[in-house]
Amino acid sequence: MYETSYTRATSIEEAARLAAEKGEEAKYLSGGMTLLPTMKQRLAAPEMLIDLRHVGELKGITVDGRAIRIGGGMTHAEIAQSDAIKAVCPGFTSLAGLIGDPAVRHMGTIGGSVANFDPAADYPAALLALGGTIHTDKREIAADDFFQGLFETALEEGEIVTAVSFEAPDACAYEKFRNPASRYAMCGVFVAKRAGGVKVGVTGAGSDGAFRWSEGEQALSGNFAPEAVDGLTVPEGNMLSDIHGSSAYRANLVKVVTKRAVKKAQGH
Amino acid sequence: MGVEGIGAKVLRKEDRRFITGRGRYVDDMSVPGMKYAAFVRSPHAHARITGIDKSAAEAMPGVIGVLDGKQLQGDGIGNLICGWAVSSKDGTPMKMGAYPALASEVVRYVGQPLAVVVAETRAQARDAADALAVEYEELPVVTKAVDALKDGAPQLHPEAPGNLIFDWELGDRSATDAAFAKAAHVTKIHIHNNRLVPNPMEPRAALGHYDMAEDHYTCWTTSQNPHVARLVMSAFYNVAPEHKLRVIAPDVGGGFGSKIYIYPEEIVCLWASKRTGVPVKWTSDRTEAFLTDAHGRDHETEVELALDADNKILGLKVETTANLGAYMSLFSSSVPTYLYATLLSGQYDIPAIHANVKAVYTNTVPVDAYRGAGRPEATFVVERTMETAARELGISPAELRRKNFIRSFPHQTPVIMAYDAGDFEACLNAGMEAADVAGFEGRRAEAKSRGKLRGLGMSCYIEACGIAPSKAVGSLGAGVGLWESAEVRVNPVGTIEILTGSHSHGQGHETTFSQLVAERFGLPVDNVQVIHGDTDKVQFGMGTYGSRSGAVGMSAIVKALDKVEAKAKKIAAHVLEADEGDIVIENGEVKVAGTDKKLGWHEVCLGAYTAHNLPDGMEPGLKEGAFYDPTNFTFPAGCYICEVEVDPETGTTEVVQFVAADDFGRVINPMIVEGQVHGGIAQGIGQALLEGTHYDDSGQLITASYMDYAMPRAWDLPMFKVSTTETLCPGNPLGMKGCGEAGAIGSPPAVINAITDAIGNNDLTMPATPEKVWKALNAVE
Amino acid sequence: MTDVSMTVNGREMKGSVEDRTLLVQFLRDNLGLTGTHVGCDTSQCGACVVHVDGKAVKSCTMLAVQASGASVTTIEGIANGVELHPVQAAFREHHGLQCGFCTPGMIMTAVDMINRHGSSLDEKTVREELDGNICRCTGYHNIVKAILSAAGAAQTPAMAAE
Repeated sequence: MYETSYTRATSIEEAARLAAEKGEEAKYLSGGMTLLPTMKQRLAAPEMLIDLRHVGELKGITVDGRAIRIGGGMTHAEIAQSDAIKAVCPGFTSLAGLIGDPAVRHMGTIGGSVANFDPAADYPAALLALGGTIHTDKREIAADDFFQGLFETALEEGEIVTAVSFEAPDACAYEKFRNPASRYAMCGVFVAKRAGGVKVGVTGAGSDGAFRWSEGEQALSGNFAPEAVDGLTVPEGNMLSDIHGSSAYRANLVKVVTKRAVKKAQGH
Repeated sequence: MGVEGIGAKVLRKEDRRFITGRGRYVDDMSVPGMKYAAFVRSPHAHARITGIDKSAAEAMPGVIGVLDGKQLQGDGIGNLICGWAVSSKDGTPMKMGAYPALASEVVRYVGQPLAVVVAETRAQARDAADALAVEYEELPVVTKAVDALKDGAPQLHPEAPGNLIFDWELGDRSATDAAFAKAAHVTKIHIHNNRLVPNPMEPRAALGHYDMAEDHYTCWTTSQNPHVARLVMSAFYNVAPEHKLRVIAPDVGGGFGSKIYIYPEEIVCLWASKRTGVPVKWTSDRTEAFLTDAHGRDHETEVELALDADNKILGLKVETTANLGAYMSLFSSSVPTYLYATLLSGQYDIPAIHANVKAVYTNTVPVDAYRGAGRPEATFVVERTMETAARELGISPAELRRKNFIRSFPHQTPVIMAYDAGDFEACLNAGMEAADVAGFEGRRAEAKSRGKLRGLGMSCYIEACGIAPSKAVGSLGAGVGLWESAEVRVNPVGTIEILTGSHSHGQGHETTFSQLVAERFGLPVDNVQVIHGDTDKVQFGMGTYGSRSGAVGMSAIVKALDKVEAKAKKIAAHVLEADEGDIVIENGEVKVAGTDKKLGWHEVCLGAYTAHNLPDGMEPGLKEGAFYDPTNFTFPAGCYICEVEVDPETGTTEVVQFVAADDFGRVINPMIVEGQVHGGIAQGIGQALLEGTHYDDSGQLITASYMDYAMPRAWDLPMFKVSTTETLCPGNPLGMKGCGEAGAIGSPPAVINAITDAIGNNDLTMPATPEKVWKALNAVE
Repeated sequence: MTDVSMTVNGREMKGSVEDRTLLVQFLRDNLGLTGTHVGCDTSQCGACVVHVDGKAVKSCTMLAVQASGASVTTIEGIANGVELHPVQAAFREHHGLQCGFCTPGMIMTAVDMINRHGSSLDEKTVREELDGNICRCTGYHNIVKAILSAAGAAQTPAMAAE
């Protein structure tokens, strides 16, 4: 790791002010589960780290009827163990319990994951399928607008993800096919069914990060059953290709994993 | 036996320090004034070094010294050696390119060290290493052995035209051709044995300390064989004369072969300590480990098996191309030759075998012995071929094997080895019973009802362990003798220290070796201390690899114990006024058989040291040493049966059952032996399903971290069903064969045979990733 | 350099570190607690697992300054004097270790796992929860047995038959 300096913020305002002073040489540190390994590999070298872990305003989960709001500083473990979320949206807590490993879940936060938008991160698939909203210290952004491409989000310099929110659907589930080495999602699919239709968020497979599979959504909106996607083909052109799986293989996974997510959602 | 003697499940004496965090690994060591080294490594797979500018690096904070290959050469540090001479079939010796510890002219793989920075802290050393300005002229790259042999391929070493190190053969080509001419059926397949990265969990480390006042060097290093390290570093690398160099390998966190070799880093740490005047420590990070620890396997093989109309094997032809990487590592030449082709007869009576092996340079990390070393490659060739032949012939794989088993011993194979003992059918029967092979078709049908494809595959392996006797390996080109030594020191109070040249890096020697004393004298294992891994304490030894610590290392202890026992009996007979032949030692007492006359063990020991009442002419003291050189290799063998379920939609393979039925000869501690088998199987399943090593066309290692190199995790593996039968080895006093490598040797073909059975397509290479299985499945549908 | 202070194994510890110093380096190099190991660079092997404020975390992926003010427990701190922690004892009893290098992280992960799941642990859950801990020696067989035994969980039928 290159030299860096560490500052612990205690409020969103303080964090944002520190970031504004330092400019692009500053980075927010939340759980650090992606940032610190990247810095250890000397692939990132922020001059300043602003620790958000002690910012109380980023904590907390509120469930009001079916409206769910999760503070950006909540860890994956805290979300996975939230009985309040589980009661209305078990697919989401189950997703949180599949991120990384137990030690990673104790540190990693939803705000950090959403802001980083790793192409294999799990939450983006869910937030896209749930039609979620990303709250920042400056504004609210719909998930569809927030996630823009590989590691690219709508966040501006210094902007902090303070929370995410969404309405619990009628049924939902997340299915994850892991990369055998990294254990990240090689294809993760979140399906969410509402009266108005079905949404399908896919992570790990797309060459441009998480995306919504619109053909799958149409088919499943007509018939929310695994076989509904049988006749569809996923275009390979938009798929990632690497030593673990070609684009053809990932295209197949999108379909197979979607079917399994639907089956799981039917069980909830 | 006593409760802690041979065959007892004795809990490990060494565990307490490991489970409480008090193990002492090299990176845990520090000495006053110690500073840190970071290596500058080539980012290119093949390049000429055209300039090194040290000024920026030397100006970095905390930097004590920046040293390069020219300085190393100038100080007379010798090039790295290969310790096993192999000649081509035309009689010419192997063609070895120069292998300097720090490259000064050409770099030939990504990660090759060319300079070292010594600084006050690890981070400062790394910062300065990154700041060293090196200019390169890039050269063309080749990473695959078959490509390196082609006309026009990039050339690595002027000493080895065409990148060919040797073109070696074993067996009788004309007899084999004649056998094939009579064949009723010939099975042909292509075998790819994937390159593996050993990955002991403790990364390599070295701490070099030159003591100016004493003109003496100490090296703490992650070594499986510290005495060999000392010998090689003094005799060949001119680091220090042997009597001025102490090598200590303390607790070592796994090796699997990769810590046999003497790497550039420990040589450089010692040299740099003298150069800079401070003790120098280097600890590998995991990426460096991927880039520099010797890799394993990497063979491409064409195999043909000839059978008669009665399904008896007539002959076997094998053509192998072995990738040895950019330089010849210490024992690299022996792995694809004498540790490989000599096992191609497997468990079968094969009248004629011919093997041809080409060893090739490429722009990749050097390849050497990794758990099994040559024997997994041989077993994979033989057992994939047997399974394929059985399928082609439409007979059961078990029956084809049974029909061709060697059944009388000793058995001379056409490829050097003389098997001394074994009962292959016993293992096959035990394995088939444990695996409930009879019930398999029912399980297959049940799996099908759930949409899963179930398959069963077996593998009947044999290996050669001990890597001895010295005379035999010497005649085959080994540069060292491969005996083992031991010393048994009995203290005046009767407690015992065993000094051994074997080295434990997870094998539990402190417990198992102590059990020999418990067996012999009836003393508790807690009264025994096993000392190893320090050249100042143990006079000499050859270390631990090739499953040799039991069959060779423990045999040396047995020989030393024989001498201790004989002297103790003489003393007791003298004191008790009895005949020496009537003295028995048991339960910590030295008795005259058939009488109530006895002495406590401690009384005899104290008597040896007070020397008040010893037989005339006897020297005081009770301490004996022995060097043991076996009469033959040992031949562990067994039957492994793997059952898998393949998910046809994703190609994912789940190992649902894994049975190992092994014959290791005498088992000293069944708990430890089972643990060795579990770990070996995990590595074998890892090779078969998960572990792929990928270079891109420019020679960058794509799989240089756990993000891309798939290590077996708990989730990937089932509970294993393991059992042993005991056919004693006639070649050593305890009848032991060795158990450290069997799991890694026997399991890969069992897994691939099971998957290919499940999917109905025999064309599948390791690692059988979900995508490969999915494609193979789609190819037949 | 920044001053840090934290409770480590029940004792107040202070030190002065570069901000880039990882918690594991602080424990090993500054405090001499070398039981916590580093086995990879990518936060995957788990040899470095310690407990921070009662939860398992990877000390190679946390800065020492981040842990300032926290309570840290390492492998050296879980035994009660000479009396082993039940998970330590179970690893020995079931031969859940060979070279010992991954063992401290395995044990700290196991303690955390048992804290959360108690005797409801089953083999499947143990294997899932070991996703962030790599062992190269044991094939995990005896580690899984040791954790289930320490948790007081019912052994699976296949294991009971052994």
